[in-house]
Amino acid sequence: MLADSIAFVLLVIGLIFNALGVIGLLRFPDVYTRLHASTKATTFGSIFLCLGVVVYAIAHYFWTSDSQYLMVIVHTIIAVFALAVTNAAGSHAIARAAHKSGQMPEPSVVDRLSEAGL
Amino acid sequence: MIGMFMTAALATVVIAFGALVRLILGPTNPDRVVAVDTINTLTVAVLILLSVLYEQFIFIDVAIVYALLSFVSTLYIAKHIGGEL
Repeated sequence: MLADSIAFVLLVIGLIFNALGVIGLLRFPDVYTRLHASTKATTFGSIFLCLGVVVYAIAHYFWTSDSQYLMVIVHTIIAVFALAVTNAAGSHAIARAAHKSGQMPEPSVVDRLSEAGL
Repeated sequence: MIGMFMTAALATVVIAFGALVRLILGPTNPDRVVAVDTINTLTVAVLILLSVLYEQFIFIDVAIVYALLSFVSTLYIAKHIGGEL
C-alpha cells in the first residue's frame, strides 16, 4: 500500500509543523514573534494535512473510480487555496493592528512604518 | 487507513487546546487574536480530516465557508484593535 505510506508521512509532517507552530505561540515573548511562529507554521502544517487527504482520495478514486472522490480532491484543493490566501492577509492585518495599538517588540531600535506616516 | 485520520484529528484537537492556553493567558488583545486565528486554521484542518473519517464529504464545503468567514472576523477584530472602527 504505497498510498497509505505517503498519506501517513504527509499527515505526520503536518502534525509536526502544527505542533511547532503552537509551541512557538506559547513560548515566544511578544505578539510579533508569536504571529511569525504560529501563522506560517500552522498554515504549512494544515496544507500538509490536506495533502494527506488528497492522496487518500486519489488512491480511492483509482480503486473504486467513484466520482465523489474526484469532488473531494477538487474541494480540498479549493480549501487549501482559501486557507493560504486568508491566513497571509489576516496575519498582515493583525500585525498592522498590533503596531497601531502601540505594541513594540522589546529590543527594537527603528520604526519604519511610523516614519513613513502610514 | 481510517485510524490514521482519527489519530491525526485527535492530535490536531490537542494542539488546538495548546492555542487555547494562549487565548486565556494572553497578556494583550493582539495575542488573543493571534490565538483565535491559529485555532480557526486548525479547525479547518480538523473538519477536512473528519470529512474523510466519517465519509461525509459535505464537511469540506463547510471548511471552505468556515475559512472565509473566520478571515472576515479576523479582519474586523484587527480593525477594532487598530482603532479604525
